[in-house]
Amino acid sequence: MEAKNIKVAGFGGQGVMMFGQILAYSATKDEINGLWFPSYGPETRGGTANCSVIVSDKQINSPVFKNADHLVAFNAPSLEKFKDHVAKNGLILYNSSLIEDEFSQDGSTVVGVPINDIATELGNDKVANMVMMGAYLELTHLFSDETIEAIIKKFLGERKAHLLDVNKKAIQSGKDFVKKLGVKYA
Amino acid sequence: MAKVLMKGNEAIALAAIKGGVDAFYGYPITPQNEVPEYLSKHLLANGKVFLQAESEVSAINMVYGAAGAGKRVMTSSSSPGIALKQEGISYITAAELPCLIVSVMRGGPGLGSIQPSQGDYYQATRGGGNGDYHLIVFAPESIQETIDTIKESFDIADYYRNPVMVLVDGLIGQMMESVDFDRPKKERFVPEKDWATNGTKNHPGRRNIANSLYLDPAELEQHNIKLHQKYEVIKKNETKFELIDFDNPEYVIVAYGTMARICRSAIEMLKNEGIEVGMIRPITLFPYPEKAFEQIPENVKGILTCELSMGQMLDDVLIANNGKHKVGFFGRAGGMLPDPEEIVGAIKNFNERVVK
Amino acid sequence: MWEVKYEKSQGLTDSKLSYCPGCAHGIIHKLVAESLVELGILDRSIAIASVGCSVFSYQFFNCDAQQAPHGRACALATGVKRVLPDNIVFTYQGDGDLASIGIAETIHAANRGENITVIFINNAIYGMTGGQMAPTSLIGQKTTTSQDGRTQKNHGNPIKISEMFATIEGVAYLERVAAYDPKHVLNAKKAIKKAFQYQMENRGFTMVEVVSTCPVNWGMKPVDAMKWSKEAMEPVYPLGVFKDKGRE
Ligand SMILES: Cc1ncc(C[n+]2csc(CCOP(=O)(O)OP(=O)(O)O)c2C)c(N)n1
Ligand code: SF4
Ligand SMILES: [Mg+2]
Repeated sequence: MEAKNIKVAGFGGQGVMMFGQILAYSATKDEINGLWFPSYGPETRGGTANCSVIVSDKQINSPVFKNADHLVAFNAPSLEKFKDHVAKNGLILYNSSLIEDEFSQDGSTVVGVPINDIATELGNDKVANMVMMGAYLELTHLFSDETIEAIIKKFLGERKAHLLDVNKKAIQSGKDFVKKLGVKYA
Repeated sequence: MAKVLMKGNEAIALAAIKGGVDAFYGYPITPQNEVPEYLSKHLLANGKVFLQAESEVSAINMVYGAAGAGKRVMTSSSSPGIALKQEGISYITAAELPCLIVSVMRGGPGLGSIQPSQGDYYQATRGGGNGDYHLIVFAPESIQETIDTIKESFDIADYYRNPVMVLVDGLIGQMMESVDFDRPKKERFVPEKDWATNGTKNHPGRRNIANSLYLDPAELEQHNIKLHQKYEVIKKNETKFELIDFDNPEYVIVAYGTMARICRSAIEMLKNEGIEVGMIRPITLFPYPEKAFEQIPENVKGILTCELSMGQMLDDVLIANNGKHKVGFFGRAGGMLPDPEEIVGAIKNFNERVVK
Repeated sequence: MWEVKYEKSQGLTDSKLSYCPGCAHGIIHKLVAESLVELGILDRSIAIASVGCSVFSYQFFNCDAQQAPHGRACALATGVKRVLPDNIVFTYQGDGDLASIGIAETIHAANRGENITVIFINNAIYGMTGGQMAPTSLIGQKTTTSQDGRTQKNHGNPIKISEMFATIEGVAYLERVAAYDPKHVLNAKKAIKKAFQYQMENRGFTMVEVVSTCPVNWGMKPVDAMKWSKEAMEPVYPLGVFKDKGRE
């Protein structure tokens, strides 16, 4: 697998950091290399949150990249901020619940997913990020269901173990949404 | 053991535990807080010592005390906090006590920022404490290398009876990477601490004193000479560096830590464009790998020093180069991180970068 | 016709306060600013910002200001006041800044009777750095560096600054106040104003300790944080005047 540079961005509280970490944990579990780094400090207080993830089966060199292969934007300011930093033939996945105008960009595959609406339908607003995860995995095929499920289990811990089902459903819903759209990326 | 994904600061803490740390004394400061937070939980649970001091001045002197008592002891901090530790560091080197000091650099001077920086190269290698002294300074480029270094650092400190500093930037502290804690550690001879101030019942007939006072100038000079000789041995034995793509480089980059990793990607990009660039990556900053510069081919067009500062290691590059090649500089500061493309640009426009 | 219901104090700049929602730092800023305006001393005041969440207070108080290294605010204030005795000089410090790293500077400024005013915000935690234990954290309080709760054996007891400073000769006025309800906020304002008044009268060192909150790092909603400062903190840090030379 070629190294993938991934940018994940949104408001604090949307599960952006967790989304990124799940990818890095999954890479580690699959015995390839994962790297995650957050924007940190006061800039994250109440405002926007973003993180960079790199997954690769080779040694990861620069933790910093100019252009992302994949941009996952959870809100409009994030899409605005990072859309010009997407590599050629890159993937842009955005939250169409919060970004109403349809977005497209030359040279990129762009997919909008109404993650908040789907999560609300599932009865748990908090799993919107896992709807996004499902859509992302359906498009990139980076990690298997088993890998992701194992990592999510770890995140939930014993205290929130009962939420595994709704998280799995959220992932499946994200996948189904993309399948229905019929978009292919990787 | 399989690899695990871990945050740099927590990895520093766990590696110190694997390295046998007995006690940690520190004071909160971003971006290294996860080091004490992790240790507060895990050291106390294992009957070891963790103490949040009232200040960095106090913390480093607690380190002095515990090191003098013969224990494996560490502290960690970030730029303004390391500044406050300089007094204690000078005393600890003078009294020839081993310890580990982790420095997670942020933007400066003053309160600066909390974003990654390499603005404390001088602070680490030149010191702000008084007198003729050196720390053994390691500057790992990844969390894995940080772990491997920290695991070994107590052995090195104990062997030379000198503090080891592990110098990273806030990015290494804050990011997460897949790492392996069970890589084999170099076997080293670790002498008995028969100098420890642990009570004469442990060494009858001899009083052990931890001290830095030598009022008689002749005696102090002897002490200075002894320390100097020790630093010469450290230079001979511990100098560490990596040469990257050194087959037939047109240019040579010199960079350490996070900056070296960014440069690795730049070197690959340049190679794809047919421009061969090599890199000297100092792993120890003291001792500085001057020897590596002897291996630079005669015909290189120049040496580009890259740092997350306005140019500090540049001094050591100029000393090591000794006027032989053109030396250029590329730096970002204040917590700004360049992407590899910027380094590519700097190599392509090397002539605009020349400082000497 | 319309009337102004709420007017921002002239003592504060137009910068948006950087404090988390429901944090008492914001309230106390307002009280200090109003006091400076009401006493007519804003244009000769010099604020000394410390290091903590209030590090940006130099942007908020509408007067000249200096930003001190962590813990050193009282030393800077001394430096300023000694060369500008006719100006009003005050520090604004958290518990980590004042009671931990800066305790020496603070005690000695008090002992010299420096004619300055210290606004001391006791929220029993290190807010800025993300919730580590403070010298004022309560026994049993869970913080990121006392994850099983503070113990007397490991960390000592919470340090009582007002009680301790009451023994210092150079202190002219010292009161501990709270900010958890309107009545107490009013009283806090009175205390702060009085401290500045005393400085204007050259009486010596004045300090107001405010039992404050940190909803974010306490992991509480703002209302619950106000409640905790009343129910858990106040018994350890009783309110009242600890010293008043004007009354002696
Ligand atoms: C020399 C030095 N050490 C440590 C720090 C990191 N630091 C910044 S704020 C702070 C503590 C703040 O706590 P407090 O004074 O209680 O203020 P609060 O944020 O709670 O209002 C620390 C330790 C620093 N900036 N400088
Ligand atoms: S971290 Fe705590 S003290 Fe700081 S602004 Fe937020 S609530 Fe207030
Ligand atoms: Mg505080």
